[in-house]
Amino acid sequence: MAEEQVTTIVDPLHLLGKVEEFKRSGYRLVQVHCTKVGDTFEINYSFDLNYQFRNLRIVTDGTTEIPSISGIYWGAFIYENEMHDLFGIRVAGMNIDFGGNLIQTAKKNPFANPSFRGEGPCPGE
Amino acid sequence: MSRRIVVPFGPQHPVLPEPIHLDLVLKDEHVEEALPSIGYVHRGLETLVVKREYPEYVYIAERTCGICSFIHGMTYCQGVEQLVDCTVPERALFLRTIWSEYSRLHSHLLWLGLFADALGFENLFMASWRLRESVLDVLEETTGGRVIQGSCKVGGVRRDIPGETLDRMRSDLTAFERRARDLAEVFLHDESIASRTRGVGVLSREDAYELGAAGPTARGSGVGIDLRKTGYAAYGRLSFKPVVETAGDCHARCAVRVRELFTSIEIIREAIAKIPDGPIEEKPKKNPEGDYFSRAEQPRGELVHYVKGDGSRHLVRSRIRTPTLTNLPALVRMLKGCNLADVPVIVLSIDPCIGCAER
Repeated sequence: MAEEQVTTIVDPLHLLGKVEEFKRSGYRLVQVHCTKVGDTFEINYSFDLNYQFRNLRIVTDGTTEIPSISGIYWGAFIYENEMHDLFGIRVAGMNIDFGGNLIQTAKKNPFANPSFRGEGPCPGE
Repeated sequence: MSRRIVVPFGPQHPVLPEPIHLDLVLKDEHVEEALPSIGYVHRGLETLVVKREYPEYVYIAERTCGICSFIHGMTYCQGVEQLVDCTVPERALFLRTIWSEYSRLHSHLLWLGLFADALGFENLFMASWRLRESVLDVLEETTGGRVIQGSCKVGGVRRDIPGETLDRMRSDLTAFERRARDLAEVFLHDESIASRTRGVGVLSREDAYELGAAGPTARGSGVGIDLRKTGYAAYGRLSFKPVVETAGDCHARCAVRVRELFTSIEIIREAIAKIPDGPIEEKPKKNPEGDYFSRAEQPRGELVHYVKGDGSRHLVRSRIRTPTLTNLPALVRMLKGCNLADVPVIVLSIDPCIGCAER
């Protein structure tokens, strides 16, 4: 059974205002995540109210800072730190900033450049 | 005179089955602040989606977690099925529901055993895990795997359960329920358990909702979110009510899991009674194109698998948001102000699965 899912694309400048609208309407934050699409990054902010799923999406080139929503949804720091550590997205104003140490990986920002798409198994597998 | 010190908790600790590190800022014996850090078991599973073809990735999705493996595979398949124009046959949906609920029984009994062990109640630990063995036996008999089932695929399931086996599973639930009630009596009413858990690690309803808590962590604080009510798989054809407690403490979170054992038993009974005959899979008609957020209720709470395809055999992105990750902010809030001696019990009360959270 397909769930109705509405995705709205917003400018990063208007992100906080839109997130505040969701907060005022009683939505809970489901998740925040990032996807590398070509040379850009899509960042999705998902919300839920009574099993109604709504999604905000911003598109960024990865070099500009995006505003933190942790001042509106306190628990967002976990997703924003994850996004910073895995994709290298800089997030301004996080309420808890782990400084790149939430997810400690051997390679810095490992998801920023997945370079082996469709190449098959690793050598030696 | 009080002193502030920082005590490291984990990544290795007797109550932690998996590694997580907390910096506990203490004032005397009270926790003023707790800062988590993870990364000890990060496997980069999400990046493998661009390397494997989408039908193969089911095996990787299942290996996100060794406890709720089936539900990970199913949630991933549900997402891809939305992108490939595929209608899963009814019988497959019921089989997915039955295996999901056996996974929930297995996970909750595993957690109850670990919780009893953390409280020093070794006998109860053994009794919980002995009961869990009978669940694993059913999973092994019907899927071939005790922990990693490998029975879900895009478009349906890989194997059927014969009618006589379903009948036997249904009748065996009577004895299982009786044994579960004996366990529940101890977890819910034993004085020594109550003294370690009541009023400990309280999370208010407002905080649970505000912080995005999921599963028994949210329902133990009165937030009745249960994704099964959205009707995915065959849940829309079955009648059940989410289990909700209101105290918000460790005892309430334990009580939710105990009572959910019986909800799962009822769901399995009803699913077996209503399962229709018919095929168990349908072939995908095209390669995945577009994106979808697939959601399901894991034993620990709401699971989200985001999948994005561009029409090729390889997905562009798989993002797995596990309930443990979203329960970490709630854990930080619960630990604030607690006694140092209560930290292990509080950490365990969210049923942390770090392998899931780090992927």
